[in-house]
Amino acid sequence: MDADITLTVDGAQQRLTVDTRTTLLDALRERIGNTSPKKGCDHGQCGACTVLLDGDRALSCLALAVAHDGAEITTADGLAADGELHPVQQAFLERDAFQCGYCTPGQVCSAVGVLDEVRRGWPSHASQDLTADPELSHDEVAERMSGNLCRCGAYANIVPAVRQAGGVQA
Amino acid sequence: MSAPARTPAGAPGHLTGPAGGGIGTDAQRPDGTLKVRGEFAYGSDLWMEDMLWGVTLRSPHPYARIRSIDVGPALAVPGVHAVLTSDDVPGAKAYGLELADQPVLAVDVVRYQGEPVALVAADHPETARAAAARIVVDYEVWEPVTDAIAALGHPRWNAVHEDDAEVTELSRESAHLHPEGNLVRHLKVRTGDPSPTADVVVVNTYEVGMQDQAFLGPESGLAVPAEDGGVELYVATQWLHVDQRQICSALGLPPEQVRLTLAGVGGAFGGREDLSMHVHACLLALRTGRPVKMSYNREESFFGHVHRHPATMRYEHGATRDGDLVYVKAEIYFDGGAYASSTPAVVGNGGTMGIGPYVVPNVHVDCYGAYTNNPPCGAMRGFGSVQTAFAYESQMDALAAALGMDPVELRCRNAMEQGSTAITGQVIDSPAPVVELLRRLEAMPMPDAAPDDLRHMPGGVSNTTHGEGVRRGVGYAVSYKNVAFSEGFDDYSTARVRLEVVGGEPVATVHTAAAEVGQGLVTVEQQIARTELGVDRVVVHPKDTQVGSAGSTSASRQTYVTGGAVKAACEAVRGQVLARAAELTGRPVGELRLFDGAVVGEGLELPLAEVLGDDAVEETLEWRHRPTEAIDPETGQGFAHVQYAFSAHRAVVDVDTELGLVKVVEMACTQDVGKAINPQAVIGQIQGGTAQGLGLAVMEEILIRDGKVQNPSFTDYLIPTILDMPPMRIEVLEYADPHAPYGLRGVGEAPNISSGPAVLAAIRQATGLPLTRVPVRPEHLTGT
Repeated sequence: MDADITLTVDGAQQRLTVDTRTTLLDALRERIGNTSPKKGCDHGQCGACTVLLDGDRALSCLALAVAHDGAEITTADGLAADGELHPVQQAFLERDAFQCGYCTPGQVCSAVGVLDEVRRGWPSHASQDLTADPELSHDEVAERMSGNLCRCGAYANIVPAVRQAGGVQA
Repeated sequence: MSAPARTPAGAPGHLTGPAGGGIGTDAQRPDGTLKVRGEFAYGSDLWMEDMLWGVTLRSPHPYARIRSIDVGPALAVPGVHAVLTSDDVPGAKAYGLELADQPVLAVDVVRYQGEPVALVAADHPETARAAAARIVVDYEVWEPVTDAIAALGHPRWNAVHEDDAEVTELSRESAHLHPEGNLVRHLKVRTGDPSPTADVVVVNTYEVGMQDQAFLGPESGLAVPAEDGGVELYVATQWLHVDQRQICSALGLPPEQVRLTLAGVGGAFGGREDLSMHVHACLLALRTGRPVKMSYNREESFFGHVHRHPATMRYEHGATRDGDLVYVKAEIYFDGGAYASSTPAVVGNGGTMGIGPYVVPNVHVDCYGAYTNNPPCGAMRGFGSVQTAFAYESQMDALAAALGMDPVELRCRNAMEQGSTAITGQVIDSPAPVVELLRRLEAMPMPDAAPDDLRHMPGGVSNTTHGEGVRRGVGYAVSYKNVAFSEGFDDYSTARVRLEVVGGEPVATVHTAAAEVGQGLVTVEQQIARTELGVDRVVVHPKDTQVGSAGSTSASRQTYVTGGAVKAACEAVRGQVLARAAELTGRPVGELRLFDGAVVGEGLELPLAEVLGDDAVEETLEWRHRPTEAIDPETGQGFAHVQYAFSAHRAVVDVDTELGLVKVVEMACTQDVGKAINPQAVIGQIQGGTAQGLGLAVMEEILIRDGKVQNPSFTDYLIPTILDMPPMRIEVLEYADPHAPYGLRGVGEAPNISSGPAVLAAIRQATGLPLTRVPVRPEHLTGT
């Protein structure tokens, strides 16, 4: 069965007709031609497909496009839409927080989501005090980024990159 | 035919990075901005308007005869453009890195679960998959051979291969496929007394499970039929020219008609040294006359590439009461799976590196690679040395315990150094600071004791313990690995370097076929050109087969060999430019040099624009490291390896002995890199190698039952997450190797080798258990 949907991707409105079984990831990559989110596993195990969905980080391979009609989606490419890199992207560059780069767009979107969640005061398993504003500690960042695999093993640089982008001098 | 609409950024479209940064600096990678935006086009991102999608039908059985294949039902599916079987392979039906024994598509027999049987091209990937499922294959299922040792004892009637394979020109040594059985290679090392005796003897048998490279970017590429009847292939790979040679053979086309360009590579770690979808996509493109894209999903990726060889190893170490090693006897079995891949070379490394970086007068090593009906195994980071390191380092700990000695003391007492003789009879003729690596680790501060916070204990936020059964352990291990290709292989790289002035600014262009897989080789190429030519702006040309082979991105060799080639080509260009300048100025060449975009000498600064005008100076040359030689087949003696890499790890772990959970608290690593061309990238390699070694020690294994893979997903095959990787302390030593460019030493593999054995040693110390198998699972620790 097909359905007509509208998605706003990196600021541009896209109208498309999709088979209702189409994932958001496939809609982005194969229909809209935005290959910034990557397909590492297609099962929600690796995090490479992470995008910002109406502002929150989400695994686009586990979302059906038709369920998000009208949604606003930002990919890593869209974070740098005006040609300037997002502070998270700049920090990933400066901290050498990747090698092959395949997981990186997902890591970057995830990190932007993390910083926003911390700003909003959302606690995590690593939070010292569940009622206080969480601090952007090493443990907080690692816990919150743990859904994004990096096989090159750049983890040791990802944590400081995210903290740096969040304004922590590390 | 036009180029792909979405082209590989590491390929067409030149890479230029931020200016500044010669060798020895933390120069930024030129592909960095593209990567953080997701604009860097990997193989799976390629796209053309009129392309078809190819999929592979694979065998569900590890061992079976194919009675018949009926492709009719698949061809009848609307949207299907082609269905191919082995009958449609126009050239050689089999390929392989060292022995051409692996069918492009199964011929009569399938020898492992997942072996490609047929191909489908359709206008949508789901159509292609649905059509592939309609192909009717009638199998006569046979009982698989699944144990490497048993396979070698089997009589001919149960041989996995019946025919002798053609030995390709690529064979790294004189190995033969034995038609009489399942032996791929038997390597012998014999030194000293054949019947030595010692005061103290320890004997143990070790096992290492099958590890997967688990690169995140699955096997992908796009084949585009060309007007000359040939094909252009954009593919994520490690060695374009060895791919090209095998593809040409299968397609029956000359190299001029099979042109490869490197697509973005989402990690490799050895798993892309063999062909995957390369020939398949080309066959479909040539048959349909349309571009064909193939991109494996995660499950298929587990079947689509070779893995790290599982190993079973029996070691006997003898020493004097004072702790001097007297002898080592080792029997090492590598399960090569159904096809040879690089098993002969893995056996070569496993055997010749098989006792570690120690001096031992009497050595008896038998190292075997066997065919079975398990998944084919081949290259993975550490290549034969990872497995043996678990055994020999565990033996050093066992021996230390038997002697009542400190394990580090025992290692230092027996460590090789520059001038020592390896078990191949080769004298180690460059620095071998094994003792210093260990002593520096010992001197590093230890992490704090386990905190009271339950979340920092094994089991983490699951709150599985209050600490009652938690024990801390510390372990050490050393690695020892040959750099570059060994045993007489003609190991070279080709570099083309051009220097010209564009818009008033001097620009160097570096063109090699060396695969960038994330390690940062493109950065290193720029750094070398900046240093040698004194220019800021260096363009890295797309990696393709329009220039000669660079050899493989493996064996920790590219910075050494392609780096050497780029350096040599730059020197040749510089020689020409300085000769021109000498002619212009009347100064002798010896008084001139290139600096900051100009030819400079005493009181002279002549901009390159004035020397070159509109001319470009270009040089292309092949560069070789000093030759190695084949080892004696009976004694294993010979100048087998060009260079050795050394690293050492100290691991600190907390183990919940009641639940069998392990938390690695800290990893410390020391490594000699000769010269850090890019110190930041060196650290990245140490971190990444450490993570993959840790993974093999405590979590990573492809589980095989009756030849069938049980866990082909990231839910069931676990790789380390950011929470599994502890903080690291790293010290990098730079003792120049006088034989290597800039004195550098290959970096990528050594830390992958010493990391896991150090973790294992730490768990052993925490638990007091012998632990002879990796990965260590909870039941090994609890005895349940």
